Amino acid sequence: MALSLGKSKRILQCLKSKICVVGLGKNSFWSGWFHHGCPSSMAPLAPTCRNPDAVLVNAATQFATRRFESTKAEKHVDSLCDAEGNQLLDFPGGKVAFTSEMRFIPESPMERAHCYRVLDDNGQPNVSNFVQVSKEVAVKMYATMLTLQVMDTIFYEAQRQGRISFYVTSIGEEAINVASAAALSIDDVIFPQYREPGVLLWRGFTLQEFANQCFGNKADYGKGRQMPIHYGSNKHNYVTVSSTVATQIPQAVGAAYSLKMDGKDACTVTYFGDGGSSTGDFHAALNFAAVMEAPVIFICRNNGWAISTPVSDQFRSDGVVVRGRGYGVRSIRVDGNDALAMYTAVCAARKMAITEHRPILIEALTYRAGHHSTSDDSSKYRPVSEIELWRMARDPVSRLRRWIESNDWWSGEAESELRSNVRKEVLDAIQVAERVEKPPIAEIFTDVYDAPPSNLCEQEKLLRETIRRYPQDYPPDVPAL
Amino acid sequence: MALQTNKPLNGRRRGQSKRDQATLQNGVVWTITAPFALYLADQTLRRSSAQVRSEEAKMLGIVSRKVLGQSLGRIRPAVWALRNYSSAEKQMTVRDALNSALDEEMSADPKVFLMGEEVGEYQGAYKISKGLLEKYGPERVLDTPITEAGFTGIGVGAAYYGLKPVVEFMTFNFSMQAIDHIINSAAKSNYMSAGQISVPIVFRGPNGAAAGVGAQHSQCYAAWYGSCPGLKVLSPYSSEDARGLLKAAIRDPDPVIFLENELLYGESFPISAEVLDSSFCLPIGKAKIEREGRDVTITAFSKMVGFALKAADILAKDGISAEIINLRSIRPLDTPTINASVRKTNRLVTVEEGFPQHGVGAEICMAVVEESFGYLDAPVERIAGADVPMPYAANLERMAVPQIEDIVRAAKRACYRSTAMAATA
Repeated sequence: MALSLGKSKRILQCLKSKICVVGLGKNSFWSGWFHHGCPSSMAPLAPTCRNPDAVLVNAATQFATRRFESTKAEKHVDSLCDAEGNQLLDFPGGKVAFTSEMRFIPESPMERAHCYRVLDDNGQPNVSNFVQVSKEVAVKMYATMLTLQVMDTIFYEAQRQGRISFYVTSIGEEAINVASAAALSIDDVIFPQYREPGVLLWRGFTLQEFANQCFGNKADYGKGRQMPIHYGSNKHNYVTVSSTVATQIPQAVGAAYSLKMDGKDACTVTYFGDGGSSTGDFHAALNFAAVMEAPVIFICRNNGWAISTPVSDQFRSDGVVVRGRGYGVRSIRVDGNDALAMYTAVCAARKMAITEHRPILIEALTYRAGHHSTSDDSSKYRPVSEIELWRMARDPVSRLRRWIESNDWWSGEAESELRSNVRKEVLDAIQVAERVEKPPIAEIFTDVYDAPPSNLCEQEKLLRETIRRYPQDYPPDVPAL
Repeated sequence: MALQTNKPLNGRRRGQSKRDQATLQNGVVWTITAPFALYLADQTLRRSSAQVRSEEAKMLGIVSRKVLGQSLGRIRPAVWALRNYSSAEKQMTVRDALNSALDEEMSADPKVFLMGEEVGEYQGAYKISKGLLEKYGPERVLDTPITEAGFTGIGVGAAYYGLKPVVEFMTFNFSMQAIDHIINSAAKSNYMSAGQISVPIVFRGPNGAAAGVGAQHSQCYAAWYGSCPGLKVLSPYSSEDARGLLKAAIRDPDPVIFLENELLYGESFPISAEVLDSSFCLPIGKAKIEREGRDVTITAFSKMVGFALKAADILAKDGISAEIINLRSIRPLDTPTINASVRKTNRLVTVEEGFPQHGVGAEICMAVVEESFGYLDAPVERIAGADVPMPYAANLERMAVPQIEDIVRAAKRACYRSTAMAATA
């Protein structure tokens, strides 16, 4: 008796699963069997599929209560099956397949996400599927990267000499800066953190303009309002650097959304570091960008250090690239010291962002070969040998040079000529900037609002009056006019 | 100084546009739909019947005062008032005023868009954005995820690009999550970029104490934002204020903080045809003298203006004529108007709901001391909320917020009529 019962159970199970494959709906035989009935006694098909005995138990009730028609509620309780007969349920957010196996998703993958690279350590391409760059573009990229490196070295020295108050170098990240800029168009709006002057350099900001901002003189586009390296330029589509970390990330999303509304053939690009990816702004921005379908490229310069915090103390995920999936954002990991890989990836990202209206996350792996800033001495928290290794053996500038030299696009003479020219230009720019007057007094009070309010006009009058009366108390190189 | 009135409440501007009429009619319709009915019922229960009666009397009083201020009115006041009151006198709630202002500005400028929690499908947490999603679509009315820091940053980025976002905070208490973006990005960007990046953004939402919402939903942020250069801070009282100031805020190229008040949303105010015109706009930085007086100046903003006006009625019975200044603009503060008033009355009482230390009243006191010390006949009196996080229990809440009696007592003290301090009463 028991055996035969068991057998009939199995037969019923087979039947049930077959019916699941056929699909359910108002028209199917079984649904007709079960849907017309009092909702309270109605056994939804999901449980019955799992528990075939319930079929037998409820059949009688179903027949008896068939005359009570109530179809609306059942629709929601309906479950569906996918092609393999696995149960699906349409929870809010979409259909989800069930499983009887309780399996936690592991916290780290078996293998870390692979890193896209084109040029090997010797500057030789190990693949052919990268965006072919012309000689002009390649040489310009190299020249800009070298200029950035020379500029950084000399400005850093100037700060040490006390000629400027502060400086931030981008040593080791020249390829990220320049190659990404080269892949973009001038209409793409840049929202930088503070380690991306190479993007401005590529777009045509001159060494003199850099020096003017660092010295805060009259010619500074920022009118001497900000610390050094807080560059900004409307005509280069480069939003002024703001000291607050990661605030530029959601701002880039908002601007990208506006670009989309305007139907422009452009995207926004925002840069931040591994440290910046820990902020709330990063989370909100990526989440929003995916929901709003904004054409924005997020470039994370994962250089291993957030001042003195190594990445192992910053996050426990496999870097930043895996987080893209957490937000529904397409992402890629790239060798940040490989100019061609960066160029290729950003080209592709830009195309996807604009044509498909989607955000893209690019994690560029690199190393911060310099100190965090002139206020930092990184030998205090990391071995000097590590710094030297990355600065010397893995320098992105040298790697690109090896490639263009192997193409006969560059030579030793061109190298020394460029180096000495740039060095001279930077030194000249610094000397000139140092001697230019500081911005006039009036600029203390302008731009607080669109039009100066009466209280600020009064304060300015008061200040001028005081300077007129006590000129010896005020610096002579600040024009009172 | 003459009463700052709008065009007279006669039938001269009868030719309202159909749209304005429809807006008003829609406003009336919205007011009586179910959720509103519940809300209004709730509000009415909270207000005592005495308050309701005095408000009606006040409205009638305003009408007759405005009429008296006109030359024609002097000749036949009663008939004129009756004609005006029955024909062109319109009432509008602050909620409808805000809604209509948003609607008109969004329709006039395609760059204006609204974002915030629940502003779209839910029609606005306080129904301020009712009907806007339907009219302008999801591209211009954005329901945001729950991250003030996130959507404020996004709004600021959109403003950098050139759009004109109106960002709604469910209450300004939640703006603290976004205050870095408001101050360090929105307020300072124009200055830090030397004019290259302007930020034409408006942050609006209810501010200050509501009724029974506890400490984390009741703080007033007027003083916090009012101290920050680069921001403009406005706080409307009546429907006319709400309409005019919100329109001015949206049109302004600088970042504006617009502090509304939840309890005022359902209050109705008389409104003239000029105010209903879609080009109506109030200047930022100008206070309004709600009621002229000779003996003492009382400054207030937002809900406290209503309390101050009622206090003025009580004081009038004791022969003290109080001049009530509705600040309208916290930053820039209209110190010329305040000083001119103090030079006339020689006594000052400042009223605010927020915490006393470093408050708006402290700033007004100093502004008057700097300019008009010689004109003061008595120390400046400051009425503010209690220096405690807002308690929940109704009796404690009542004691933590200024009441009309406190204002009356302070005014009497300033006028040397002996009266005890509130705490000992």
